[in-house]
Amino acid sequence: MPRLSADQRHCVRLTLNGRAVEGEAEPRMLLTDFLRHVIGATGTHVGCEHGVCGACTIEIDGALARACLTLAVQADGTSVRTVEGLAPEPGRLSVLQAAFRRHHALQCGFCTPGILMSLDHYLRSHPLPTETDVREFLGGHLCRCTGYVPIIAAALDAAERLRNGETDA
Amino acid sequence: MTAETGPWLGQSIERVEDVALLSGRGRYFDDLGVRPGTLQAAILRSPHAHAVIKSIDVTAARAAPGVVAVLTGGEVTALSVSLVVGVRAPIQCWPIAVDRVRYVGEPVAVVVAADRYLAEDALELIEVEYDALPAVIDPTAALDSKVLLHDGLKSNVASDRSFRYGDPEAAFASAAHRIAVDIHYPRNSCTPIETYGVVAEYEPGDDSYDVLANFMGPFSLHPVMARSLKVPVNRFRLRTPPDSGGSFGVKQGVFPYVVLIALAARIAGRPVKWVEDRLEHLAASVSATNRVTRLEAAVERDGRITALAYDQIDDVGAHIRAPEPATLYRMLGNLTGAYDIRHMSVRNRVVLTNKTPSGLNRGFGGPQVYYALERLMQRIAVELKHDPLDVIRRNLVPANAFPYRTASGGLLDSGDYPAAVEMAVNDGGLSELRARRDRAHLEGRLYGIGFTAVVEPSVSNMGYVTAVLTADERRKAGPKNGAQATATVAIDPGGGVSVHIASVPQGQGHRTVAAQIAADALGLKPQDIRVISDFDSARDAWSIASGNYSSRFAAAVGGAIHIAAMRIKDKLARGAAAQLNVPADQVEFTGGRARARGNPDNAVPFARLAAASHWAPGTLPEDAHALRETVFWTPPQLTPPTDTDEINASLCHGFIFDFCGVEVDRTTGAVRIDKYVTMHDCGRVLHPGMVAGQITGGFAHALGAAVYEEFAYSPEGAFLSGTFADYLVPTPTEVPAPVILHMETPSPFTPLGAKGVAEGNCMSTPACIANAVADALGIAEIDLPLSPKRLAPFLHKPEPKP
Repeated sequence: MPRLSADQRHCVRLTLNGRAVEGEAEPRMLLTDFLRHVIGATGTHVGCEHGVCGACTIEIDGALARACLTLAVQADGTSVRTVEGLAPEPGRLSVLQAAFRRHHALQCGFCTPGILMSLDHYLRSHPLPTETDVREFLGGHLCRCTGYVPIIAAALDAAERLRNGETDA
Repeated sequence: MTAETGPWLGQSIERVEDVALLSGRGRYFDDLGVRPGTLQAAILRSPHAHAVIKSIDVTAARAAPGVVAVLTGGEVTALSVSLVVGVRAPIQCWPIAVDRVRYVGEPVAVVVAADRYLAEDALELIEVEYDALPAVIDPTAALDSKVLLHDGLKSNVASDRSFRYGDPEAAFASAAHRIAVDIHYPRNSCTPIETYGVVAEYEPGDDSYDVLANFMGPFSLHPVMARSLKVPVNRFRLRTPPDSGGSFGVKQGVFPYVVLIALAARIAGRPVKWVEDRLEHLAASVSATNRVTRLEAAVERDGRITALAYDQIDDVGAHIRAPEPATLYRMLGNLTGAYDIRHMSVRNRVVLTNKTPSGLNRGFGGPQVYYALERLMQRIAVELKHDPLDVIRRNLVPANAFPYRTASGGLLDSGDYPAAVEMAVNDGGLSELRARRDRAHLEGRLYGIGFTAVVEPSVSNMGYVTAVLTADERRKAGPKNGAQATATVAIDPGGGVSVHIASVPQGQGHRTVAAQIAADALGLKPQDIRVISDFDSARDAWSIASGNYSSRFAAAVGGAIHIAAMRIKDKLARGAAAQLNVPADQVEFTGGRARARGNPDNAVPFARLAAASHWAPGTLPEDAHALRETVFWTPPQLTPPTDTDEINASLCHGFIFDFCGVEVDRTTGAVRIDKYVTMHDCGRVLHPGMVAGQITGGFAHALGAAVYEEFAYSPEGAFLSGTFADYLVPTPTEVPAPVILHMETPSPFTPLGAKGVAEGNCMSTPACIANAVADALGIAEIDLPLSPKRLAPFLHKPEPKP
């Protein structure tokens, strides 16, 4: 376990969406602030900073995490995936992202990155979810615009398309 | 689905906003860069509901690492003046506590430092000595409480006005029945997931401020901010980011922080940025008003209502922050709802208590009014032993009465309320729902059905809030009315089309619909149109009605876009006429070309025609120079209040009829929505997907308000809803999909026939669910939220004393 000094900045190196990035962070800096303001990856949003709203949800070493409840230094040496890593190439959308667009599953889009990260993760291990499954799984996310109806529809549509062999590539 | 051909309006095309938002490339407030050297602010807030500030010692904070400036009430009052207060009363409204705190969370000091972490460190070094005072939280108790919030007032009542329409006394005297409800409507908020943000800069050279904030309007508050900062309107530049993380009215409430952070920037001598955190937001951003209402009806034996008597006490919190007391006055022209009631008396009191100041919130005034009115409709049915649906039917404004002038001056533009109700009853499956209820009752379950009928106002009259003043006071202040909507359509040197709007979208998809409107007018595709919606008060066409509120985009701004695009089209047609050798009225625009009607081969490409005004104006008659058209559109129906206080507070009036089946768990008190049907007539539907999104989204907000959400205070004034673990926002497991039905009666008062649609379920749904729960439990009085705690006394005997 490395020993860190509270009043010093430490170098944090991690893999972000497949690319090596690094920056400096005090031990108390949140991973959200590090990603957004040190690295410049502003796709991960901050909605509550107490782990309830889910807007900041990302993947760290293949597991879902709330970036607002994670310190930047905890992510040192990890592989992080964020919403910026979902699309196959600039201007194109993944199957899940395209389903969100088709179903109008976002309005302001502020909670969307976290919901996309959660669903992207979930659908890879749960290819045949029911509506109840998706609703229960997304119970850790707050969206104030949509009333969730189109989000659920988009998730089920994406699951079906992925089952039928549509790919992001 | 993305369609291939126009007309584009009426199709649910994919949104132009979405690729960026889905890819993490949104441009929200906190995603935008700031000038080098920009400082960060943090705010110290009051832990007391009511206290005198005896002293504030900021010495240690000023000396803390990274700190550049610390502001308290003294600095703020020295450089600014109080925000304008909307009633005639000797009280002030500052963006920071001055000598006294009046609610938990009120700003007490601002620290400006190199980064937010250092600024928050320094907050802990500020020593504030408070002398706690008793607080007053209950609005009824506040009426004659010895605890006074503002020394300039003799009581906590900031305004007390009575209104009389028709002959209510005679109607009540001759009525067969008098039936009343008493309502305590709670505090809540739609809590957008993005919080407030402001970055401000002061230029001493010309005494001007430049501010970027995720403010949503109304821009009637722009002069309010400029005045407070003691600069002319043209020395206060206010810009908004391209994207917003939701508002629902709430981001109106950022405006006191615009003033506060602008002053911080002036004192620090550098740009200052502040991002509100969630705890600050819940405690102290803004809230809908809580309201105590007694509403009484004079009723005939058949359930027909002849008169209403309202007594409303609206609790605006600790300060009257503009545009309050608008919550109480937005509905003044619509207090009879969807019903044909000719006689009414109203008493409106605005009361101050030790809570967060109130402001805009989805539904704005509608939820409070309709909860009382629609609970009353059910009580009339129960007490007179009528079917509640029949009581609604008996009182609806008849189909042949439009445009219908309400008793208090509202002008209902169009509709067929009885037909909409029958369509919902049939298509929504009411008889099946009744059968489900009957089966549930046979099984001993607690199941009820609720109904509501609601008129949803949209496009606010900027003059309605002046109804809080007497006619004499209004005459002295000068008339206020109207609602200027603006849009600009421009042709660039490449023959491309841009649309600029000042509607400050908060996620609804204005850019997509604006592109549809312009594309239809010009025979182009939506993807050909570039829509600019980030706002700049120094450069854009705007007026006090600009912004995103009162569901005004589709009805008002959409219409202004249409008019501007048609003016461009008319000029282009005159230019094309010469080239095509046909009269201008024989030129049609379709498929990216201008062509002669009836001779499609005689055509010119749109871009070539459109670019000509830049490259070869000399070849065109002057009235064919199609470059840029800016339209200001205000509807003539939005007149000022009359001397007898009639007011048409809104331009458009949609109609909503809802019914639902609800089961209450006998053991836990949990409320389960079994089925919810919502019928909407919002005039012409411009984008069905977005309309559905507004309805499901509004429904979710309303479900939260009905069952889960409350900004709760202890009797001593402690704030009890300070986190998202205490203030319960519905998640996907709580929000069912409502059945949505539509009827379209276009508004005759708007260019496209559209009406607003975003707020209606916040008005109809809380009352509908409460009516169903009251039906299930067989109870007369019921207040929100319908939490297990509130329902337990109706389900269980009192706990035995240990």
